[in-house]
Amino acid sequence: MTTHTLRTKRRRAALRTAAFMSPWLIGFAVFFAYPLLSTVYFSFTKYDGFRPPVFNGLDNWTYVFTQYPLFWPAMRNTLWLVVVMVACRVVFGLGIGMLITKVKTGTGIFRTLFYLPYLAPPVAATLAFVFLLNPGTGPVNTLLDGAGLPQPGWFTDADWAKPALTMLAVWGVGDLMVIFMAALLDVPKEQYEAAELDGAGAWQRFRHITLPNISPIILFAVVTGVIQAMQYYTQPLVAGKVAAGVIGGSGQQFEPGYPDKSTLTLPQIVYNVGFQRFDYGTACVLALVLFALCMAFTALLMRRRGGLIGGGH
Amino acid sequence: MPRTSRLNTAAATAAALAAISLLATACTGSTENAAGDDPTKDVTINFWHGWSAPSEVKAIEDNIKRFEAAHPNIKVKVTGNMTDDKINQSLRAGGDKAPDVVSSFTTDSVGKFCNSGAFADLNPFMEKSKVDKAKVFPQSLLNYTSFKGNQCTLPLLNDAYGLVYNKDAFKAAGITAAPKTWSEFVEVAQKLTKSKGDSYEQVGIMPTFHGYETTPMRLAAQWSPAYFTPDGKSGLAKDPAFAKMLTAQKDLVEKLGGYEKLEKFRASFGDEWGAEHPFHKGQVAMQMDGEWRSSMAREAGVTFEIGTAPLPVPDDQAADYGKGYVSGTIMGIAAGSKKQNAAWELVKYMTTDTEAVVAFANGIHNVPSTIEALASPKLEVDENFKTFIDIAKHPKSNTTPPQADGGTYQLTFTDLAYQHEKGAVSDLPGALATTDTQIDTDIAKAK
Repeated sequence: MTTHTLRTKRRRAALRTAAFMSPWLIGFAVFFAYPLLSTVYFSFTKYDGFRPPVFNGLDNWTYVFTQYPLFWPAMRNTLWLVVVMVACRVVFGLGIGMLITKVKTGTGIFRTLFYLPYLAPPVAATLAFVFLLNPGTGPVNTLLDGAGLPQPGWFTDADWAKPALTMLAVWGVGDLMVIFMAALLDVPKEQYEAAELDGAGAWQRFRHITLPNISPIILFAVVTGVIQAMQYYTQPLVAGKVAAGVIGGSGQQFEPGYPDKSTLTLPQIVYNVGFQRFDYGTACVLALVLFALCMAFTALLMRRRGGLIGGGH
Repeated sequence: MPRTSRLNTAAATAAALAAISLLATACTGSTENAAGDDPTKDVTINFWHGWSAPSEVKAIEDNIKRFEAAHPNIKVKVTGNMTDDKINQSLRAGGDKAPDVVSSFTTDSVGKFCNSGAFADLNPFMEKSKVDKAKVFPQSLLNYTSFKGNQCTLPLLNDAYGLVYNKDAFKAAGITAAPKTWSEFVEVAQKLTKSKGDSYEQVGIMPTFHGYETTPMRLAAQWSPAYFTPDGKSGLAKDPAFAKMLTAQKDLVEKLGGYEKLEKFRASFGDEWGAEHPFHKGQVAMQMDGEWRSSMAREAGVTFEIGTAPLPVPDDQAADYGKGYVSGTIMGIAAGSKKQNAAWELVKYMTTDTEAVVAFANGIHNVPSTIEALASPKLEVDENFKTFIDIAKHPKSNTTPPQADGGTYQLTFTDLAYQHEKGAVSDLPGALATTDTQIDTDIAKAK
């Protein structure tokens, strides 16, 4: 075979590969590379969406980190949700998954019951929780009152608003429950039998058999949970608006985060600044911060996956 | 890297970029002004508005029918129940489906709309049509529909804010007349407040700034404040009106039971725009509200007698009793519209035609926005509604001025008011000065 023929063959193979890859490449360029590069570009401009963008250097970046009063509260809340809400969802999802795998009769009913809340539209679920947790008239506080326990202000109290959102997230943990159930049912039974023969207790079996077997699923749940928490928008916005008594109407403006900015998240301020204040440059900075955080968390989790997976591989 | 991990990385990257994509790919607006259309030729224009209640929708459709009868060549495609957010996006995106004419309830956005060029300047259209805006509209309404001479919107009906009260509750408490000064107001509010356990059976008024229409700006109007100094800087610390208003409101909060107790009670209130409104249910005896409340209460079937009055004024401004906060609906033409001359015909009709304005005002129980319509004998005015017409006409009635950042400065001020009413501000003058700095920074950035 001559060199020329070989080169032609290689070129054809490369073209064939490129042709097969082209749908992905086009998608990557249009929906990934272009938006990312545009966002970086607009973050250095003054741009309101109507007039042409004007380069303004680091103005937007300086504004976000030193002058924009909602940035740090939103950042703190988002990080709080990433840590606490994700942890609670994973623990509860795994716990319920384990409980249901142990149930001998009526498994289908329990699975359905625990999965149903996940199907509730976020706005409806949030409205239901605001009603249930109403500090004055809600059934939860009525029960707590009856039991002689203190009654939190929930969505009207800055200290309780995020725990209330976490309760809402845990209530809709059906998606994780299903994934964990599938993983738990895949754990080889022989391993449990062997461990029992060796005298291992329930905790030891969980620690040394269940966890290592399902750790890739835990990692998946944590990574996707972190992404969800980073993009948490609808529930805190609806809860804040309803609890603040601002449902819409005569042109009242509403700044998200009620009470005391405790339900403010980064996606909310991206939307607020970009689409309501017409300050696309600053919104692009905020979007990039969100992106960087997401990447950092994901990278951190991937680097630490050894610990999560349990086997160190 | 395991396959699962690669998938997770890809998923993480893609999901994180979704928000960025949304923002970046949407940035394709146009500001081209193309008012070269012939309004006498057959044309269809898109009109977006925010009304949603059946009676309101009917009123606007009737108005459009009258317009189409008068302008047979112009068809109007009406889309209702539009939020400001949707309107903002469509104005920026442009295209055939975008609105040519827009109405919005948020007068706070006017500065932003005019400054960014989202709406066309209507001054040239008015000159061409020989509409003398100073003779058609009250000055206070022209103030909130323009920004630095750019009249990018016109008023489409007016809202005035006053006091709506439960006459039966007044009688039961031995109160014979609506309070006129702030000290009378505090006394009346206390008399009307009835405790029930650690909560209330009824409060005289819900004074906290989440009490629906009880916003800091609407209350501050009674002190006739100047939000900005003549050189355009934020003037919250310089004008004593703001500190006086915030102090008076906090004092009222304390006298009615304190912030926490009131907020807990407020959380039990029903929807502001539904039959379960606390005023309808007798949970509050007085409500700071717009002209629509008494008719909404009647439609909700309340059994008590309703009275209306202007909001009280500070004791040292008793001579100005009758003033209040005014705002309203605005109407403008999309800067990107290719049918601006036809669109102007609709805007001109709806905002300046006395018959149209009066019919629409009667239909949705709002205050008319033109001088002629305010004096029209066809205007259906009962005793309660007249209070608000008088507030709208009062020379000392005022509004919040348009700014390049829209209403962001008001939100910043509101945030301070929230902190103050709950007792989290120890140094009010210092906090007002800090708020001024923040407002100046935000406005400078928006210009």
